[in-house]
Amino acid sequence: MVSITRRRLGVLTAAAVALGAAIGLNVQAAQAETVLRVIPHADLKNVDPIWTTAYITRNHGYMVYDTLFAMDENLEPQPQMVDTWEVSEDTLTWTFVLRDGLTWHDGTPVTAEDCVASLKRWGARDGMGQKLMDVVASLEATDDKTIVMTLSEPYGLVLESIGKISSNVPFMMPKRLAETDPFEQVPEIVGSGPFMFSQEEWVPGSKVVYLRNEAYQPREESPSAAAGGKLAEVDRVEWLYIPDQTTALNALLNGEVDYWENPPVDLVPILQQNSDIVVEVLDPLGNQGMLRMNHLHPPFDNEKIRQAVVAAVNQETYMQAAIGDPEYFNVCTSLYACGSPLETTAGADLLVNPNMETAKKLLEEGGYDGTPVVILQATDIPVLNAASLVTAQTLRDIGMEVELQAMDWATLTSRRAVQDPVADGGWNVFHTWWIGGDISNPVTHTGLSTGGTERAWFGWPDDPRLEELRDAFSKETDAAAQKALADEIHARALQVVTHANFGTWFNPVAYRSNVSGLIKSPVQFFWNVSKE
Amino acid sequence: MLGFIVRRLLATIPVMGVVALFVFLMLHLSPGDPATVIAGDYASPADIERIRAKLGLDQPLHIQFGTWVWSLLQGDLGISIFSNLPVTQLIGQRLEPTLLLALTTLIITVVVAVPMGVIAAWKAGTWIDRSIMIFAVVGFSIPVFVLGYILIYFVSLKLGLLPVQGYRPISEGFFPFLRSITLPALTLSVIYIALIARITRASMLEVLDEDYVRTARAKGQLEWKVLIVHALRNAAVPIVTIIGIGIALLIGGVVVTESVYNIPGLGRLVLDAILKRDYPIIQGLILMFSFVYILINLAIDILYTLIDPRIRY
Repeated sequence: MVSITRRRLGVLTAAAVALGAAIGLNVQAAQAETVLRVIPHADLKNVDPIWTTAYITRNHGYMVYDTLFAMDENLEPQPQMVDTWEVSEDTLTWTFVLRDGLTWHDGTPVTAEDCVASLKRWGARDGMGQKLMDVVASLEATDDKTIVMTLSEPYGLVLESIGKISSNVPFMMPKRLAETDPFEQVPEIVGSGPFMFSQEEWVPGSKVVYLRNEAYQPREESPSAAAGGKLAEVDRVEWLYIPDQTTALNALLNGEVDYWENPPVDLVPILQQNSDIVVEVLDPLGNQGMLRMNHLHPPFDNEKIRQAVVAAVNQETYMQAAIGDPEYFNVCTSLYACGSPLETTAGADLLVNPNMETAKKLLEEGGYDGTPVVILQATDIPVLNAASLVTAQTLRDIGMEVELQAMDWATLTSRRAVQDPVADGGWNVFHTWWIGGDISNPVTHTGLSTGGTERAWFGWPDDPRLEELRDAFSKETDAAAQKALADEIHARALQVVTHANFGTWFNPVAYRSNVSGLIKSPVQFFWNVSKE
Repeated sequence: MLGFIVRRLLATIPVMGVVALFVFLMLHLSPGDPATVIAGDYASPADIERIRAKLGLDQPLHIQFGTWVWSLLQGDLGISIFSNLPVTQLIGQRLEPTLLLALTTLIITVVVAVPMGVIAAWKAGTWIDRSIMIFAVVGFSIPVFVLGYILIYFVSLKLGLLPVQGYRPISEGFFPFLRSITLPALTLSVIYIALIARITRASMLEVLDEDYVRTARAKGQLEWKVLIVHALRNAAVPIVTIIGIGIALLIGGVVVTESVYNIPGLGRLVLDAILKRDYPIIQGLILMFSFVYILINLAIDILYTLIDPRIRY
């Protein structure tokens, strides 16, 4: 029998007290640190938001970096790092003064020179930035806090450009990093945003960690989309990439994560059965599907045949196949984001009233000769896979020959860049989508560019008139005149058929009920979000 | 024996060379271009060309291959096109979860499967044998992901005993590690238990009919000694072979388990790299897997000599 001596008892008691104290300290430490665990929509594979347009890298950019201007919930640009600004009477000279107390994560102050270098790097990569830089005669720092931009001619989208909400966002970084070749990644992630990137904890394909930036000086205004005060309410934000949807679902149900950025609509009913889970749509603009035809080769080098496709596109059918639940999709024919200020139906008769007979008539007028249509089918992206199948059936129904070519998205992105005829590896149709923030005006909407093989986006429509109109829009400074031009561009784009809009859908987010403060915006932000 | 090992190790050099060439050509001649993935939806053809040039993808294939092999010879597997991190660092981050998952699975498998096979052979034709073989058929037939979800549903969601997903490194403590690895290892081991139990049974049945087993029994040896010392040792060569093949299969087979349980291992790394066409990672990992396969085969050959003294090289 084991006897417990007084000495042994004393040792045991001391050990128990020490263990208890250690546990207590650990509990206190755990209580002191609030961690928001997020399942992001994709894996963060690269961390330079100017080098890539990937949305996940853009979201990472918003964690780490700040912007001179930012879009509010009405898609109006508001000052963010900028304190005051003024524009000369001739609208050619723009002067921006930075806020006091802005510092980089390495502790050095933010200077106007840093911002000038950042704008130049962004302007070398981003489409809207390139358009702005075309009219920038000079961009310089006149003192530590003042940036002066001089234009060679009036430009109507200065603030919209430097405050654009989606990729590439003009994020500010220190000059030493902003001077990196825009086609190479920055070697270090140093921003001035509300969170700091924890480089040593980054495991690509698995985990990204952000730490609260204690030195961040938020604006006083309430948060509104990307604008307003950015208050980091949690100590750590961990992005845990879980590619398997069932595993992600189980992790959220089991409380192992707090927030799931893109649960598939199919799983929403399961989430809604759990009273600890909230499911809602935070993106008011949603995503717009694009059916893109190749203008270079038959049969879609023929305007009538392109119009026939548009006439046959029934958004309801596409959305039923791709999304399913009507609560999460919308039938809306505007090529600009539905719900954005420029939303319109100008020239959208064929899309508004899809009609197979009209489509067949247009096909006949276009002299369709039975040329097979090659559709690139991205089988690894369910929405695009479904859209490809619907398009294939729709085209067959109006009498076209169709060949579906199945592939993964990575293969599709290289195939769609091929300008050769179909027999030599080219293509006729592919599908993709845009988030509403990307297509809120004719300049940011890359799909509306019609500069032919040299300057237009994949599919390469060529229409000088449409390019003139887009150019006029960018230079117009009067809001009413801009709106009229936007309508004219819309009608022209549907006449030449840059593309067809196959529907708008809204990705819900799901989170534990102890999480609050989420911001309604086309982009997901994690400032202002707290966890009880 | 030493000469054999040296000869076998030297033979790996041409094998690795052929693997390197095959992997390189397979990747670079198949469709898909990392530059277009990087460039994203807004890029112009000129942007894509600039990115290709920066990545060296505009160079002729033989120059790209030469550059890669030259780096390999210096122990450099290259830099990930996307994350800009060294491939060796990425593999280093992922090695522990995969290795420990494979090791834990192997331990569970051997500890469970070999006794099951021995017992099934010993009690051949009885209900015990039939039960074990039914388990083996079911275990071999059920897809890993289905079993994984079933275990998650009951063990994690219903009983709340173990986490649904994730991996805790052993440096964070043995018990957190054990909690995170138990379900994945159990899931993965079932198929191997089924396989090895069947092989053990078949191999034991052959040996149990041998004269020396009958002699051992006639001498009055204890039954467990007959089974373990006389029969199992002689039946071990095919069992060890199948365990070795099992280890090789495990390294490839963890991809699904790592996805279901969200374990950041090598399987997930290679899958993600393939989807993004991150050539340096794919090439580095396939080379590494090939090398591991070769080493496992060598280890099995050496083990043969320990199990069966008649085998000499």
